[in-house]
Parts: sequence; C-alpha cells; structure tokens
Amino acid sequence: MKFNNISEEGKKSSFSKVLEVLKTMASKPSGFIGLSILVFHIILAVISPYIAPYDYKAIDPAMMLSAPSSEFWFGTDDLGRDVFTRTILGGRTALTVTFFGSLIALLWGGLLGIFCGLVGGKIDDVVMRVVDAFLSIPWILAMLLIVSLLGTTTEVLIPALGFFYGKGIVRVARAATHDVIAKDFIVSARARGHSNFSIMWNEIIPNVRDAILVEGAMRWSWMLLGFSSLSFLGFGVSPPTPDWGLMISNGRGLMSFAYWSVIAPIVGLSSLIIGINLTADAFAKALGIDRATKAPV
Amino acid sequence: MLFLIIKRILLGLITLFIVSIITFVGTEILPGDACTTYLERQAFGEQLEACYKRLGLNVPAYERYVSWALNAIQGDFGYSLSGEMPIKDVLGPKIKNSLVLASAAIFIGIPIALILGIVTALWRDKLPDVAISTFTIFAMTIPEFISATLLILIVAIWLEWLPGIVIVPTDVTFFELLPNIILPVIAIAMIMTAHMARMVRSSVIQVMASDYVQMAILKGVPYWKMVFKHVLPNALLPAINVVALTIAWLLGGVVVTEVVFNYPGLGRLVIESISNRDLPVVQALALILASIYVSINLLADLMTLMLNPRLKTLQIRK
Repeated sequence: MKFNNISEEGKKSSFSKVLEVLKTMASKPSGFIGLSILVFHIILAVISPYIAPYDYKAIDPAMMLSAPSSEFWFGTDDLGRDVFTRTILGGRTALTVTFFGSLIALLWGGLLGIFCGLVGGKIDDVVMRVVDAFLSIPWILAMLLIVSLLGTTTEVLIPALGFFYGKGIVRVARAATHDVIAKDFIVSARARGHSNFSIMWNEIIPNVRDAILVEGAMRWSWMLLGFSSLSFLGFGVSPPTPDWGLMISNGRGLMSFAYWSVIAPIVGLSSLIIGINLTADAFAKALGIDRATKAPV
Repeated sequence: MLFLIIKRILLGLITLFIVSIITFVGTEILPGDACTTYLERQAFGEQLEACYKRLGLNVPAYERYVSWALNAIQGDFGYSLSGEMPIKDVLGPKIKNSLVLASAAIFIGIPIALILGIVTALWRDKLPDVAISTFTIFAMTIPEFISATLLILIVAIWLEWLPGIVIVPTDVTFFELLPNIILPVIAIAMIMTAHMARMVRSSVIQVMASDYVQMAILKGVPYWKMVFKHVLPNALLPAINVVALTIAWLLGGVVVTEVVFNYPGLGRLVIESISNRDLPVVQALALILASIYVSINLLADLMTLMLNPRLKTLQIRK
C-alpha cells in the first residue's frame, strides 16, 4: 500500500512537471506561437478527412487550373483537383511519418549513445567510428538509396528515417552521459555494486533525458525537411496521396500562370516546420539547454 | 601537438574507409545489378553471363571491393553504365559547377553570418536582435526547395529580374554565368547563414557574460576595444567547428537546390544515377561527398587546434 502511494505520487509529480514545462514554453511569445501552430496542425491532421469539401483524388478536366473562387477556395491543380482539400490533407502523412520516425531515432540513438558513454573502451571506439562514417554520407544520398532499395511506403519510411536521423542523437546522448558519469552518485552506485544496466536505467537516463528529448525535437523538424525534400524530388510518398512536397513539385512547372497550386502547400509546410522549430526552441529553453550552439547534422 | 594532428588525420582516414565499406555494401544489396539494368529483358542465359564477365561481376564481392577501393584511391572510379564513359569524365565538370555554387554561397554567407550574429548578440533582446532573429528562424527552417521555388516565383516570374532556370553552355565567362547563379546561391546561402548567425550569437553572448569580460568592463576598457580584442577571438574559436558542420550539411541542400534550378551540377547527377541504378556513379558520389565532408571537418579541427592558446601552453608544460 505504502509503496503504491509513493509511485502514484511520483507519477503525479512527473505529470505536473510536464504541465510546468508547457507553461514555461507558452509564457514567451515565440514559444506560444510555435505551440499554437503545432497544435493547429495536429488538430487539422486529425479532423481534415471529415471537413474536406471534395474528394482529394477526384479529377475534373473541366475545372483544370481554375483560379481561387468561392467554389474552390484555393483554386484547382492541373488535374482539376481541389487545392484546398489536398492542402489540408497534405500534412497527415508527413506528420505521422516524421513523428514516429523521431521517436524511433530518439530510442535507438539515445540508448546506444548512453550505452557507449557508459561502457567506453573498444566498443565505444568502434561504434563511434561507424556513426562518424554514417554522419559523413550526405543525408540526401543515403535517403535516396534507402528509398530506392526499400520502396516508399509509410512502413518503410518510418524506420528508415528513424534509423538515419538517430545517428546524430548517439553523439549527443554519449556526450551527455560523459558529463553525468563522473558525478559522485554514479561512483556511489558502482560502490553499492549496482549493475551497468541498473546504473543506466536508474541513474543515467533520468539525468540525460532532457538533453536527448531536446535533440529529438530538433530532429523532428529536420526529418520533416528531409521527408518533404524526398517527396519533392519524387522519391517520397507516391501520387495521388496528397503531400505538400509532392504538390509543390507538381505545381512548380505551372506556377507562372497558376501560382495558387504552389502557394497553399508552401504555406502549409513552412508553417508546420516553423511551428515545430519554435516549439523545440521553447522546449530547450524551458529545460535550460542552449540549442543554438548545435550544428545541423 | 603533432601527435594530436596525426591522430585526427588517421581518424579521418578510418572514417573514409568505413564509408567506402558502407557505400559498397549499400549499393551491393540494392535489387538488380548493372547487367540486369543494362540488358533489361534480355537478361538471362549466355548474354547475362557474358555481361557479368565483361564488367567483372563474376568474382566474389570482397575481391571486387578491394579492386574498386584501390582504383578509387587513385581517382579511377570505373565506368558509368548509362553513358559508358569513365566516371572521372562524367563527374569532373559537374563537381566544378557545384563547387562554384557552394563556394559562392560560403563566401557570401560567412561574413554576413558573422555580422548578423555579432549584431544580434551585442543588441540582445533589443529591436535589431528581435528583427534579425525572427528572420533567421524563417531562413533557417524553410526547406531549400521552398525558398528556391518562392525565389523563382517572385524574382524570376513576377518581377522578371533574373532568369529562373539555369541554361548555361559549358564554356562561358564568369560574368555571363553570374546572373544565372544569383538565385541558387541565395537559396543555398540562406539556411547556412541563418544557422551560423544563431550560433555566433549564442557564442558571443556566452563570452560577454564571462568573468573576464565583466572585469574588463569594470577596468574601464572602451566598449568596442573590448569587443574586438577580448570577446570576438574567444567567441569565434568554438564557432569554427560548427561552421564546418554547417558547410558539410550544405552538400545535401545543394543537391535539392540544383534540381529546382535545373543546374548542371552534382545534384541532378545524384538523382539521375539513383533513378537509373547507375551504381558505380552512386558509389563514386558517396565516396567523394564523404571525403569532402571529412576533409572540411579535419580542416576545422586542425584550425581549432592551431588557434587554441590553451594547447600551446599544454605543449610548453610537457
């Protein structure tokens, strides 16, 4: 009974801690704007199938490339499909893939980094060399290879992006672990005879969690950038799935007389990326971590 | 000191070695190979075997890796499949074109980033900082293909100031090329500049808050003398590494931007070679781009080592 009470109290305090972080984030204008944009996009992604005025793949040759009107708010594209419908649906795949992708990146990158920082020695050397090697292959080339190897379905893209963007997290988690590992409470845990696993779980993870979470939030925006670049180049989600990157690349050739087919997806994608970035910034500040000293690896 | 330098160079070489293995294995496990792509439907029986023999694909993978790697070190990457041309000749002009673009972006971007970063740090939370920082957040987060598309739409199509798509014959003078590359350079430089400016800003802010700067203020050192003599040298040293990483990251952005502007550089080659399954070209590209990345980082490491006064005293103590 007593133990139950303690664990329940622990849960409560962690929940209120989350609330507190959110409050700190929203207290600054940039954090508030970022959070609002992100929440707006998430809500839109959930409800858009129910509020979309047209079928996203309904082709209407008679209405090809018609300008914005009361009937088609954002105009129509080269196949006569409603741009408004496709724009509000266009973020769903991107959001889902990159969100779960960043979770995977966080998990494997964080755990491997902590492990390497903890054990050190030869294993650490070897893993870090391999991570360095992966870091030095340009992301665009690696992603294109993976996608042409495994296809572009969501089930492939999530683990592929998660794997590829996790390598930078390994370094961050390892560095954070190195900062913690020299502290007295680790030495005393070792002296008490705790196993490496127990030290990792009970002592290190709670102390490096913030740094890894911030890193993961940053990865999210870069992953979104990578994902939409892939769609833009024609290697991402396949048509007729509505996707901003794909819509921009389709509308690009016709934008000298039908600018509306690119403007709407550009606003959608840019606002989401800016929202995630501002949120990640505010998150880092709320946890007391300086984000600006990091390079985009 | 010398030991440190040699160690960094060795680490770089080991990284490149692992990259070569990764790219070789990565392209090796792609479905289909050079011969099935080349022969298409006739890929069976004698013809297939003859092709394997001609391209040397009938020997085990590790033997092919060794001969490929040995040739690659000497700058010979084998033959491209689509054009049946030596890859050296395919890559050469494209690398040159991409380098023009990237170095223009770097030379324009670094000074602007330094100025913006220092201004925003010294006027922290004042109007210049808020305005510039807002702008850098936009510039930093918007993907290259969006800023490039918007630049084309606004500058080339609506205002008609500059050409939107690069159509350049191979031998033009620099001034004929210039109007063609202005837009791509802006698109590439924007993200990089914004990243570096933010980094310089936070680095300068950190140094400004340090004890010795407070001491200098109390001693009555003139403000600008203090900024240039005490703050900037210390603030910019850690910046070198981040600048290097940002430049290396730019390689990916160059690829996308080149595709948008139809620029005849590495970007289009990357896309074409992957769609055509031209694996020897893909391998060569991966290796070359990775070497650029590793050498830029090595250079930054060495520069930091040379410029860091603490390492000099370390040597004396030894």
